[in-house]
Amino acid sequence: MSTTAPPAAEPGATSHEVAVRLRGIGKRFPGVIANDDINIDVRRGTIHAIVGENGAGKSTLMKILYGVQPPDSGTIEINGDQVTLHSPADAIKSGVGMVFQHFMLADNLTVLENVVLGAEKLHGIGAKARAEVMRISDAYGLGVDPDRLVEELGVGARQRVEILKVLYRGAKIVILDEPTAVLVPHEVDELFGNLRELKAEGFCVIFISHKLDEVLSVADEITVIRRGTTVKTVEPQGVTARQLAELMVGSELPSPSTEASTVTDEVLLRVQHLSLPSDEGRPLLDDISFEIHRGEILGIAGVEGNGQAELVEAIMGMRAGATGLVELGGQDLSHRSTRERREDGIGYIPEDRHRHGLLLDSPLWENRILGHQFREPSVRHGLIDKGAAREDTQRIITEYDVRTPGPDVLARALSGGNQQKLIVGREMSSDPIMLIASHPTRGVDVGAQAAIWTHIKTARRKGLAVLLISADLDELIGLSDRIEVILRGRIVGAFDPSDVTPEQLGSAMTGAGEDK
Amino acid sequence: MNRARLTKIGLGIASPLLALAAAFAITSLVLLAAGDPVWDVWSQLLSWPKTRNWANIIDNSMVLYLSGLAVAVGFRMNLFNIGVDGQYRVAAFTAAVVAGEAWLPGYLNTLLAIVAAIVVGAFWAGIAGVLRATRGVSEVISTIMLNFIATFLVAYLLREWAVREKGSNILGTREIPEGSRIPNIGLGDGVSQIYGFIVLVVLAGFLFWFVLNKTRFGFDLRATGQSTTAAVASGVSVKKMIIVAMLISGGVAGLVGLPILFGDAYTYGSTFQSGLGFAGIAIALLGRNNPVGIAFGAVLFAYLNEQSNPLQILVGVSPQIVAITQGVIVLTVVISYELVRRYGVRLEQWEVARALEADRNDRNDRNDKASEVPA
Repeated sequence: MSTTAPPAAEPGATSHEVAVRLRGIGKRFPGVIANDDINIDVRRGTIHAIVGENGAGKSTLMKILYGVQPPDSGTIEINGDQVTLHSPADAIKSGVGMVFQHFMLADNLTVLENVVLGAEKLHGIGAKARAEVMRISDAYGLGVDPDRLVEELGVGARQRVEILKVLYRGAKIVILDEPTAVLVPHEVDELFGNLRELKAEGFCVIFISHKLDEVLSVADEITVIRRGTTVKTVEPQGVTARQLAELMVGSELPSPSTEASTVTDEVLLRVQHLSLPSDEGRPLLDDISFEIHRGEILGIAGVEGNGQAELVEAIMGMRAGATGLVELGGQDLSHRSTRERREDGIGYIPEDRHRHGLLLDSPLWENRILGHQFREPSVRHGLIDKGAAREDTQRIITEYDVRTPGPDVLARALSGGNQQKLIVGREMSSDPIMLIASHPTRGVDVGAQAAIWTHIKTARRKGLAVLLISADLDELIGLSDRIEVILRGRIVGAFDPSDVTPEQLGSAMTGAGEDK
Repeated sequence: MNRARLTKIGLGIASPLLALAAAFAITSLVLLAAGDPVWDVWSQLLSWPKTRNWANIIDNSMVLYLSGLAVAVGFRMNLFNIGVDGQYRVAAFTAAVVAGEAWLPGYLNTLLAIVAAIVVGAFWAGIAGVLRATRGVSEVISTIMLNFIATFLVAYLLREWAVREKGSNILGTREIPEGSRIPNIGLGDGVSQIYGFIVLVVLAGFLFWFVLNKTRFGFDLRATGQSTTAAVASGVSVKKMIIVAMLISGGVAGLVGLPILFGDAYTYGSTFQSGLGFAGIAIALLGRNNPVGIAFGAVLFAYLNEQSNPLQILVGVSPQIVAITQGVIVLTVVISYELVRRYGVRLEQWEVARALEADRNDRNDRNDKASEVPA
């Protein structure tokens, strides 16, 4: 699949426009080549997207450009001058600013205080600083209120404060690391509006993402990174998201869409009036009822922190204090322990694989046993059967394409995608009748994502009831037979994925669609 | 895989050696600073012990080993049982009273006393376990407090149950009758003997290994120790695990004083050996909570204790110097294990990356060939 886009900037031809020029950047970590011969030109007054799988080396590259890590080889030119960046302070001096994926704001300070913090020398901390903050905010349509406490702000507003911080420090080159990962669709549109304003003012924005539709809509140039090296720089007009994705993984890939419906009449999971009180005020779960049929995938959409995690944990019996009925195959689970629920046939792919899914410092074969301590082949008559466990781990490694030298490797040594494939393989072992998949493809690369989608579809075809929780709306729409939206611990709407757009879901998730 | 295994074993041996070397160096510096004869001290400490010294070392090792095991059970679960000291005191006292009263004949009496010691030790630790599980009280605090309570409780009860030995001021429980004592084992020189309790000590070590590594219960316990959250998600009841782990730890702690009781002292008195519980913490750390490692640690500590005895007479240096060595070992052990662990993890990540790199290159070669054909 080749693209029709013209090749990127011929070196030398347009050098006066180039704000950032990276040449031959390389960075090695023990055993891993993070970056290798990276060449990128970013022009002034453009939004330049850098896309690639997780682990392709995007973050390392940006850390090099922001002075967090020194490169092993290669040169960085900013506005035509070769620079050596020893620290973020050097980078800021050169006009490079970065907005990290995880915000670095003090909740108990105001917006103004957060912006000024650490940059007191520029405009003091008084009226001059305030005037400068307001000037920047107005100039680029950021619309921040300098006296609000950060803790009162939503995610989108916090991000704008982070951008303001960077601009306040005089950055002309702004790096945004996965800025849309935490935003709902209409916030993304606002962000893009802000970015376009910056661009019009002659700033240069480097935008890191793996959400290709967004990249295509906002970027002027797109550089694809695969296995630590620049594969190609393209213009968005000439490519489709699919072609970009294929450049990223270096091969063709499947889509999440489901095949013909396998939904049956038989109800497998019935949840009725499930509630979970919290210590302060509003319950975490409020009277939730739904059913999942054999062979059906029910998707739960919602902004993070609206009760998805609690819902899953309540169904798994991990939350004391949950009230209401949970019935699996006609059997009341309400008073059963987590282990009994697992024995009854629930497979569980947890949201946070490091906290809930793995023993990171144990070998893979011990991780195969985790959550299945009560059943063969790994355990027989209360005794661990190491041989059988290793053998079955080897089976999962083969069937689920877990890239590892063998079952004796520590779980920590695997990449996120391979850890996740191991978990999926483990939870699909010993014939579960229901699968709970909580953010199953979060933080995994495109290749593993496709594999996990296939496994979830296989589970559905085998007649499992699947509960799918995801923040990736395309994934939800593509895989689910039915989507319910959760907001503040309540189910607020149901959608048919065949005729719903991410925007409609997004507004339901934020409560904008509550009147319908 | 074989090479990886060898590397693993090599790393496992490297860390304690590193720690010992560092500890010896630091001790030497202390000696130098104090103006003591460094060479003489080491030549005494590292001289080959006589058979009767070996007997003492082995006896002392048994006690330290049990103490180390007791602490290690907790460590495996991420519980810090500082209370082994109190647990073994109440337990040894109870065993002494039961055996001394001789309600049952012969070895039945011994058995009953041992069971009583285990139950009482478990109970004493179980208090901390229940407090932790139901009220979230840190077991570190509660076991320290229980140590004090144990000391005074035993002192108080000793008054109630004690008999005074003829011609001495020492209070003690009634002596264990001859038929209920555990016979000692001769070392062949006709004089030196070690406690017959060694059989039970070895059995305890084996059971520790078996339960932790081979049973589902042990798996649950280790899983909980590594990651509470993952254990919960796998269906382990953490509260139950905390209580059971503390009970087992306390039960093993209950055995600590028994080799001395049944092989040497035959009575629990105000002079009964104390402080064994704290040594156990150091030994468990040194032995990485592994039954064989703990055995090495226990022998090393017992060896240093025994070899330091004549220092004052022969070299004119206080035997307390080995307490410094032992203390420093604990610190260096923690550091060197962490260093070696990180190195090991890096090594493994590197190996995985290398194995996958080769794999990936194959794959990409194929893909590149495929994509050369225009779509």
